[in-house]
Amino acid sequence: MAFESLTEKLQNVFKSLRGKGRLSEEDVKAALKDVKMALLEADVNFKVVKQFINSVTERAVGQDVLDGINPGQMVIKIVNEEMTALMGDEVTELSFRPGKELTIFMLCGLQGAGKTTAAAKIASRLKLKSKKTLLVACDIYRPAAIEQLKRNGEKVETEVFSMGTDVKPSVIARNAVDYAVKNNFNVVILDTAGRLHIDEDMMDELVDIKNTVDVHETLLVVDAMTGQDAVNVASEFNEKIGLDGVILSKADGDTRGGAALSVKAVTGKPILFVSNGEKLDQIEPFYPDRMANRILGMGDVLSLIEKAEQAALDRDEEKDKKMVSRLKKGKFDFNDYLESLSAMRKMGGLSSIMSMMPGMGGKMPDLDTDESALKLKRTEAIVLSMTPEERENPKLMNPRRKFRIAKGAGLDIAEVNRFIKQFEQSQKMMKQLPSMMGKFGGKRGKFPF
Amino acid sequence: MAEEKKEKTGFFARLKSGLSKTRNGFVNGMDSIFKGFKSIDEEFYEELEEMLIMGDVGVNTTNVLIEKLRESVKKNHVHEPSECRELLIESIKEIMSPPEDAYSFTDEKTVIMVVGVNGVGKTTTVGKLASRMKESGKKVLVAAADTFRAAANEQLTRWAEKAGVDIVSSKEGTDPASVVYDAVTAAKARNVDVLLCDTAGRLHNKKNLMDELAKMNRIVDREYPGAKRETWVVLDATTGQNAVHQAREFNEAAHLNGIVLTKMDGTAKGGIAIAISSELNIPVKYIGVGEGIDDLQRFDCDEFVTALFDVSDSKED
Repeated sequence: MAFESLTEKLQNVFKSLRGKGRLSEEDVKAALKDVKMALLEADVNFKVVKQFINSVTERAVGQDVLDGINPGQMVIKIVNEEMTALMGDEVTELSFRPGKELTIFMLCGLQGAGKTTAAAKIASRLKLKSKKTLLVACDIYRPAAIEQLKRNGEKVETEVFSMGTDVKPSVIARNAVDYAVKNNFNVVILDTAGRLHIDEDMMDELVDIKNTVDVHETLLVVDAMTGQDAVNVASEFNEKIGLDGVILSKADGDTRGGAALSVKAVTGKPILFVSNGEKLDQIEPFYPDRMANRILGMGDVLSLIEKAEQAALDRDEEKDKKMVSRLKKGKFDFNDYLESLSAMRKMGGLSSIMSMMPGMGGKMPDLDTDESALKLKRTEAIVLSMTPEERENPKLMNPRRKFRIAKGAGLDIAEVNRFIKQFEQSQKMMKQLPSMMGKFGGKRGKFPF
Repeated sequence: MAEEKKEKTGFFARLKSGLSKTRNGFVNGMDSIFKGFKSIDEEFYEELEEMLIMGDVGVNTTNVLIEKLRESVKKNHVHEPSECRELLIESIKEIMSPPEDAYSFTDEKTVIMVVGVNGVGKTTTVGKLASRMKESGKKVLVAAADTFRAAANEQLTRWAEKAGVDIVSSKEGTDPASVVYDAVTAAKARNVDVLLCDTAGRLHNKKNLMDELAKMNRIVDREYPGAKRETWVVLDATTGQNAVHQAREFNEAAHLNGIVLTKMDGTAKGGIAIAISSELNIPVKYIGVGEGIDDLQRFDCDEFVTALFDVSDSKED
């Protein structure tokens, strides 16, 4: 669905945009239309999308297009940067009270958001940090919620405090904190009942807890699959009880988690954790850039851009120009071949490049299998066994030389013959297809396959 | 039927009070569009599109609805934006109308599998359905085939006690298929009318969990061939576009023939129900508008759409 199709859609945009040096307004609009659709399909809130698209347009129009990528990809690069900026650039960690002071976290959220599971997961993480944690069952409504927390507590070897279902949550919290202080706990995690953000009484209950005990951080658990409503939920919780951070749960579906972006945009509160599985250790810090990629469904193209940027840094401009002009004249020798081989390596091997190309993903046979890697290594050995003269002038080849090369490369002469023949063919192809070189935008497409 | 009669009384009131928050957000926006525009122009369509997308109707379905509206505007020579309201309601109704035999399971021996992703309210739904069906005079058995989540068993046991129905359950960690087997055997032996199976929450992209679901289905097929089979996916109304995906995957693994839409009492607009009905042609059968045991209601699309759009409707109040 939307997942793969964004890459495909953008490929079409790329086609029409190829080969321009500067981003025009039309380019940007065309590329952003698909980005907008992708964001909406990812359940990013409509208003957030609108605002976001506007700011990207503003920044993108008139930008120079980077070497090695095309205008469409350039737009995506800007989109990604803006999105990362919107989500926060850094990983935010839980903060604790200094020294031996007790730190209290309160988890809240809608029903079924995954609070109880998240509580246990955080406890298991804190265990690794050698914090002594007390889980507190403040959900007195859902049948068996306390049992669930107890079971989970057992699994992560963390003590669970509960007082049954007949005591007010704020009283439970009070007693739990007293108990924690007495028994030298470092952290208390209050697992509260799921509630609707529009349910005044239930929201008051949370305020009540906060007034009773000194909550250090209030964390909202948000289901990654939430739709447009995520914004309302988050802003209500933030307004009524005040939030310090967000935990994104159930991020292991194929959902793109647009809710994360919406929540961050509306509340400005950092996302601390991503919880992604039923196992109680499946929780990890939130990496804004990764989530940006995920929401766009564009991770692959982005890493391609990154790699192209990196490779571009390593390149010698002059050499490039020389090579392009040589290629145009059909002068492609074994030295060029060697170089393109190493350039390709820098970008992560043939199959990784191919799979990153929009539209190619999944359609390529696996090129980095041992066999093809071996083959590449062999052809490299063949070229390396040539003398400098031979490399420069492929026409020098004769049976004697070939025999020597085969010996030097430790290969059968048949393989040397095959390679040279292949090379000659691609030389011819190079003459005929100067336009093919534009595949990566400009100068990069000189690989003779 | 007793169940039906009960449903009529107070359905409107309950649905409307449950939906009131939903309705306010949605309808106010809708009305400001229908009343605020003087002519049917591109800007009008754009605003409408925005509203629908904000309601989780999804890009695709929104496009379908808007296209339909454009067509009928042309065909019927409509000039007033306010007239578009009826047209839009009509096309949503068209999409959502359930087939005639949607509730025929109430007359036969039935096995209902309740599936869905984690945290959508499956166990609660099973509890509420059990209580409803019991009240309408059915002999009900529930099976706690969620052997994975900590204390899911206990949760369902509480509901079963509340509803006054029997439960078949097993220890945490046992093969859910064996629970289903036991439940089917018990259902046959006790001449049960409706067997409700609560299953573990599973993400639709976890292949072995989906296989496990298929296995449960095979067991019911084999052990209870005479029973009517219903498989319902429970969806949280706050879920976004991913719900379409979920429903599609579940449909492939377990052939769905109904949707239960829960948590419609938030500010979520439940537009996702329209999207799923439109894209997958699976009718919404029940809708949950609150936490009370009676707050799970048969889904009536006419009433749903009317209640969703019409603030001043008072004919049933």
